[in-house]
Amino acid sequence: MNGELTTLFPALTVITPITGAVVVFLLPARLRARAGLPAAGFTVAAAILLAWGVVTEGAVRHELGGWGAPLGIDLHADGLSSVFVLMTAAIGLLVSFYAKPFFALAGEKGGASELFWPLWLFLWASLNGLFLSSDLFNLYVTIEVMGLAAVALAVLSGRPPALVAGLRYLLAALGGSMAYLMGVALVYGEVSTLDLGLVSEAVEGSPAIRVAFGLMIAGLLVKTAVFPLHFWLPAAHSSAQAPVSAILSALVVKASFYLILRLWVDVFDVAVTVAAGQALGVLGSAAVIWGSYQALRQRRLKLMVAHSTVGQIGYMFLLFPLITIGYREAADAPWLAHAWTGGIYQALAHGFAKASMFLAVGVFVLAVGNDDRRSIGDLVARLPMTTFALALAGISLIGLPPSGGFVAKWMLLKATFSSGQWWWAPVILTGSFLTAGYVFMVLRQAFAPAGKPIELNPVPRTMEVTALLLGATAILIGLRAEEVLILLDVGAPFDEAVEAGEGGEP
Amino acid sequence: MTLNEWLPLIIVASSLAPGLAIFFLAENQVAARTTLNMFGAVLKLVLILVVYLGILQGNEYEFRYDIGVDLEFSLRVDLLSLLFATLSSILWVVTTIYAIGYLEGSRYRRRFFGFFSICVTASTGIALSGNMVTFFIFYEFLTLATYPLVVHRGTEEALQAGRTYLWYTIGGGTVLFVGVVWLFVLGGSMEFDRTGVLAELADEHSLQLRLLFWVLIAGLGVKAALVPLHGWLPVAMVAPAPVSALLHAVAVVKAGAFGIVRLVYDVYGIDLADLLGLLTPLAVIATITILYGSLRALVQDDLKRRLAYSTVSQLAYITLGTATLGVTASAGALVHLVHQGVMKITLFFCAGNLAETLGIHKISELNGVGRRMPLTMAAFTIAAFGMIGLPPIAGFVSKWYLGLGSLEAGHPWILAVLLTSSALNAAYFLPIVHAAWFREPDREWDVKRRARFLETPWTLLGPAVATATLSLAIGLFAITPWSPLEMARQIAETWYSER
Amino acid sequence: MTAPVESYQIYAVTAGILFSMGLAGLFLCGHFFKKIIATKILGTAVFLLFISLAKRDFVEFADPVPHAMVITGIVVAVSAGAFALALARRIWNETGRSTFEDSQ
Repeated sequence: MNGELTTLFPALTVITPITGAVVVFLLPARLRARAGLPAAGFTVAAAILLAWGVVTEGAVRHELGGWGAPLGIDLHADGLSSVFVLMTAAIGLLVSFYAKPFFALAGEKGGASELFWPLWLFLWASLNGLFLSSDLFNLYVTIEVMGLAAVALAVLSGRPPALVAGLRYLLAALGGSMAYLMGVALVYGEVSTLDLGLVSEAVEGSPAIRVAFGLMIAGLLVKTAVFPLHFWLPAAHSSAQAPVSAILSALVVKASFYLILRLWVDVFDVAVTVAAGQALGVLGSAAVIWGSYQALRQRRLKLMVAHSTVGQIGYMFLLFPLITIGYREAADAPWLAHAWTGGIYQALAHGFAKASMFLAVGVFVLAVGNDDRRSIGDLVARLPMTTFALALAGISLIGLPPSGGFVAKWMLLKATFSSGQWWWAPVILTGSFLTAGYVFMVLRQAFAPAGKPIELNPVPRTMEVTALLLGATAILIGLRAEEVLILLDVGAPFDEAVEAGEGGEP
Repeated sequence: MTLNEWLPLIIVASSLAPGLAIFFLAENQVAARTTLNMFGAVLKLVLILVVYLGILQGNEYEFRYDIGVDLEFSLRVDLLSLLFATLSSILWVVTTIYAIGYLEGSRYRRRFFGFFSICVTASTGIALSGNMVTFFIFYEFLTLATYPLVVHRGTEEALQAGRTYLWYTIGGGTVLFVGVVWLFVLGGSMEFDRTGVLAELADEHSLQLRLLFWVLIAGLGVKAALVPLHGWLPVAMVAPAPVSALLHAVAVVKAGAFGIVRLVYDVYGIDLADLLGLLTPLAVIATITILYGSLRALVQDDLKRRLAYSTVSQLAYITLGTATLGVTASAGALVHLVHQGVMKITLFFCAGNLAETLGIHKISELNGVGRRMPLTMAAFTIAAFGMIGLPPIAGFVSKWYLGLGSLEAGHPWILAVLLTSSALNAAYFLPIVHAAWFREPDREWDVKRRARFLETPWTLLGPAVATATLSLAIGLFAITPWSPLEMARQIAETWYSER
Repeated sequence: MTAPVESYQIYAVTAGILFSMGLAGLFLCGHFFKKIIATKILGTAVFLLFISLAKRDFVEFADPVPHAMVITGIVVAVSAGAFALALARRIWNETGRSTFEDSQ
């Protein structure tokens, strides 16, 4: 392939959804859904092109406007960013297919459904921008746009609970991004550059950098809803409409996680300490236990799924203590590849599974009229496809084989044993056990006979199929991690470790 | 890849594909569903036969596949896997026929048969697993596939049983997960090929290896229903009779027992297990289970519950034989894996027939039933005598080998356990047989089904008679070259020949 | 010879104080409007820090990059603030509430 052309792909991945958003916004409301789907399709095509470029030619860099760092802003695509762009594309496309009939029905009940498509495409653009930006300040802009679009989507229904939850979400997001920006300012004051590559060459473990890094991480932790900063998430994610909940839980929280990971391993690796890694691990563990326990206690399905997000995010943060010791003391420690793969796989598997779960619950709500756990009796017979989707997603969340969640938990557990940090193992297992508790509680209800025969509202077939496809993907990525790993390897921080890990035997 | 490499995967897929396809059929497409099921079942049997002949000629059948980093999926056929796969596929055919009759006219049969096939897929997968990771994957998959079957009826009782079942199996699975990962960290992916990776670690890590062994046994012991991890088994018998039959004979409990066999012989190796002093405590646990199960079975009035406790007890024979050093005892354990399956499935079929035809659930309602349903009760009697260990039925052969093996190994107390347990078996089975044949009928039965010539529809009667005949045949012809006993002896000899 | 305390250092310290005030306001104030003002104060603190940084190297001309960032930042902050106000007003109109406390 022409190398010149490849460098355009990162820009294309961002520009396509922005253009789509603007075009869709200018169209009259009734045509928007019809134009929104093709726009989503083009965005997916751009994402695939990008991933292909990264696989065939290695990491890709695009200098916006031809200026180049340090003055200009660069877009940089390596394996890690491509994996997240692809995940966003896959989930985004399926959620778009679900959203079309969903908002056609919801539009009849009022709310601002016609704004879904432009907002969603803007959100998509900001997600892709965040995964590809190589500039600290540009990253701030993308997280801010992402936050605004996400809140706007969350309050789309216009119902008071959603509005209140949305405002809380917005204020938390603003506080978080201001802390991040404060950190950026301090970094700029120290090293006079914003490009990630140049910053990583210039930073030292000085106190100012440590403070700056701490502020940035703290701000992003709020946005990722890590315990105890998750206070805004359950209400916001559960009061949004089903496709929006799916987007928020599956993708938006992953974006800030991605950024923490990127800063942690690629940019400020000299500033991170073992204690900081352990601290993130402790927060993650608390999230796993607390979130899963809260999920178990919920009566309303959407709240349960939202709390489950808090718990599952916790698992991703177990990555940090595991790679931090290894990265600083023994760059070729054999468990690095496991921890790294485990953390990323957790993000992927949770993305697919959680999107599927929210969409499935959305189908239940549409069919039954409410989301009380006790009102879904006998749905296993009446909505088998959606119940099956929910079951598949649940299996992956619990981490039962074969599923993406299993690969994630296997890798994390193996890394905890071989690194000697066995104290994370009880957390991983307790979390699985609690997750099994709430997943099977729902399934059990679905198997129970309905108390009184209820008339189900008809549900469009597309909605059931998309939920099932997402659930099936959460399972299928567990059957074959190899391709994801190849993509992830491009420019990975633990290159040698990954290869050493493939050798296998300790 | 050559066909030989794909064959193990095809054997697994031969029940998975029909299972998945069934979900896409409509509820009332009975003929298509039955055809699919039978096609899959027969195909699986034929393929297993092909592979068996191939193995005899020295061919190797192995399917390997990288999941990622160092997770490897591997299906490999050896004689032990063939033994278990043959058992599960033969009993699958029989049970499918039985289930078709049993569930005739009931709701949600599509779901039932779909998960039923998937359940068989899981147990075939367990049989063919080539390493510990693959074994674990299918072990957990089995839990998931059986849950919908246990709660199939959707009644409060079934849902409660499902909950108990899940807590036990998910708990066991979690413990096993820890064990398998730990094993992996110590010794790599743990292929079942007895390369003795762990034996090399014996000096350095003997404490870890001991601990790990008990972690793994705790994980496997849940499905193998070792006391005190057996609590789910008597509860889970609320499932429809074909499910109980399959659960108790091949699928779930045998997964646990098979896992213990693999663990002792193919992961640790018999020498290492002996060296670390793991065998005697395991034998003691098995003994406790045998006696406890039998004693509990004595006091049950509910027929299926009595059978369930009998399973707890009979299953521990396999563990007991595994934990006894020597070819004879190991062969006895392996052959009991097959024999217990065939006999126990007969008993559950008969219990299902009694419940479906006459509404009999309790032993106290059985008086004189032999006159009304002679064939069913004849099948029951054969299987019950087998369980007690009367010659020439299958159960006698396994007990004989176990007893002989215990003497060879120099543990005469095991023989005493076997005799006590046989006495207890007799004490809880003979009253049933006596009541059915020699007591006068003392009540009106609530007749649910009639058949024109037979005592109950042939789909219910046929399987019971067939498996009863089979348990007689494998006992009678135990010393012919194709019998399970012969296979078991060959397998056991390879284990000990490498010493 | 430079003065003991440069003016940019005064700016920077002020920025720190403002940031703490904003953070405290965001957590401690109950009223929606006060919380929104608190985010504005946070923003002002950050922008002030950027402005002060522009002069840190004692060169003759100020560093233009922080200014560019501040302008962009202000645009983002204004739109975010407008959105937050619109939400708060909508909540007031629909439910008559102005704090999170009575949300239960």
